[in-house]
Amino acid sequence: MAGSTRASAIAEPLGQRPASASLWAEAWRRFQRHRLAYWSLWVLGLLVLAVLVGPLVYKVGINDIDFQARLAPPSWKHPLGTDDLGRDLLARVLYGGRISLAVGLASMVVAIVVGVAVGAISGISRGWVDAALMWVTDLFLSLPQLPMLLVLIFFFRDGLKAVVGPEVGIFVLIVLVIGGFRWMPAARVVRAQFFSLREKEFVEAARALGASTPRVVARHILPNSLGPVIVAATIDVAAAIILESTLSFLGLGFPPDIPTWGRLLFDAKDYLDIAMHWSLFPGLAIFITVLSISFIGDGLRDALDPRRVM
Amino acid sequence: MIAVPSLLGISLILFTVLALAPGDPFEELATNPNVPPEVRLALRAQLGLDDPVWQRYLHWLGSMLQGHWGFSFVSRIDVDTLIWQRLPVTVAVVGASLVLALLVALPVGVLAAVKPYSWFDRIASTMAFVGFSLPTFFTGLLFILLFSIKLDWLPFVFRADISQTGWAWWWEHFKQGIMPVSVLGLALAASWMRYVRSSVLDVVRLDYVTTARSKGLTEKVVILKHAVRNALIPVVTLVALQLPQLFGGAIVTEQIFRIPGIGSLLIDAILRNDTPVIMAVTFVLSALVILFNLLADIIYGWLDPRISYR
Repeated sequence: MAGSTRASAIAEPLGQRPASASLWAEAWRRFQRHRLAYWSLWVLGLLVLAVLVGPLVYKVGINDIDFQARLAPPSWKHPLGTDDLGRDLLARVLYGGRISLAVGLASMVVAIVVGVAVGAISGISRGWVDAALMWVTDLFLSLPQLPMLLVLIFFFRDGLKAVVGPEVGIFVLIVLVIGGFRWMPAARVVRAQFFSLREKEFVEAARALGASTPRVVARHILPNSLGPVIVAATIDVAAAIILESTLSFLGLGFPPDIPTWGRLLFDAKDYLDIAMHWSLFPGLAIFITVLSISFIGDGLRDALDPRRVM
Repeated sequence: MIAVPSLLGISLILFTVLALAPGDPFEELATNPNVPPEVRLALRAQLGLDDPVWQRYLHWLGSMLQGHWGFSFVSRIDVDTLIWQRLPVTVAVVGASLVLALLVALPVGVLAAVKPYSWFDRIASTMAFVGFSLPTFFTGLLFILLFSIKLDWLPFVFRADISQTGWAWWWEHFKQGIMPVSVLGLALAASWMRYVRSSVLDVVRLDYVTTARSKGLTEKVVILKHAVRNALIPVVTLVALQLPQLFGGAIVTEQIFRIPGIGSLLIDAILRNDTPVIMAVTFVLSALVILFNLLADIIYGWLDPRISYR
């Protein structure tokens, strides 16, 4: 490439690097140089901590009804105010955060496992297997995501509820459905990585030493294609959190007695004019979480790509 | 011709989902004491609900292709009339958002890429992150809160029956369209701006751009005629791949602003177990997505004469 444009904001000139560092220490050092990503990590860490520890410290029930304090604005007694039944919003936002983050992480795991499997199989095999898998990937990419999610959840909600109970049932369903519609980017990334890596000398050397194909994939190619997968995984967590809140906001997510962030907004939207705190706080929670995850993903993208440092 | 296998694949996925779904459209008749069971069974047999699955699929596909989309269980009119009533509003909102997103994303992205890591670029990139971390339902509520409730400038319930004629009619539609279109358009613009920026950044470092500069062409001609035109090629693909998401966003916006479009039709149908409408709307949305993909391929060929479809 001609020209002198740096590849990223954190790219640095040669000669400033310490003599030697392990791959991950080097990545961490570069990650810290992306200031927004670094601070986002702190924000997200605090948020996760609050959501995990908060309900243990802040002992107000999510369903404690107090008609004396209906739609009360934030005060010392109720730091984030109350909803139309006088339930404390801080407790509900903290509880909802657990569910939103759990859905985000679990859907990410589903999406990445499926995506890496499809991408790896299609990247290592040539011919019709690759072609068929990529056709399926493209098909899934051209499906209208949200309508399909809504339809699937609506049809299968009652069935799963009967088998594993209402809360677990809808959780499993939402995670599977979101994961099932988010694996395509990971699959494409992994396939592209495999295409370039499988021709490299070190893979050839491993083969020459007699390594079987599964071993070459698991020990040599896959670990080397992990960087982009980690970035894709980070973005998937954010996307899953938004999707889950969207479903809940449309009234097709978790049942009304489970206050996820999207569900809180759904309940609050009819009281916008008289109780704006009610919709503001859950919305801000989603926004801050997703924003910090996006920045972390951006930082990881810069940190994990060795070509970024020129 | 490329679109036919994908459409068939999508129709197959849709049908499988419905065939596996536990919901029964005859539930209402089953619980109605006035309908004897043998009449119900005869009706089932007559409508072909007891045929083998593949036969039902072929039958369904045949009638979908002939335009017999069935009869809405709830509103008792033909599904295609229902969809034709709702589709224009959705297409108008989605189309206007698309135009708005391009009008914002293209200039901002190009300007950010021309001077990378300048103040403008930093602010634009941060704004882009904020933009795609804000879920559309939250921005929608914030807009309503600010422009309808606090400032009282814009109406927040979309009216399909506007009595004014002539210019007043257009003005009313414009006014009620501002909020939904900007919610959807700005969310899109945020992610497109980043595509435009990185794509232009890749191109402006190439040798032919340096050549154009050294020929003495003005910077404007170099950027607009040489760099941007080539940089747009990958952007077109990415934009086409994001269209499914756009229709998903339309569902949410229609729900917030109560726009009588195809998205709110889908939500209503889902909540009322109106199977024929659900099927038809999802099918129409998928067909629209594929149509846009085809369009992208055509624009692609026009932007890049090196690509030809034989």
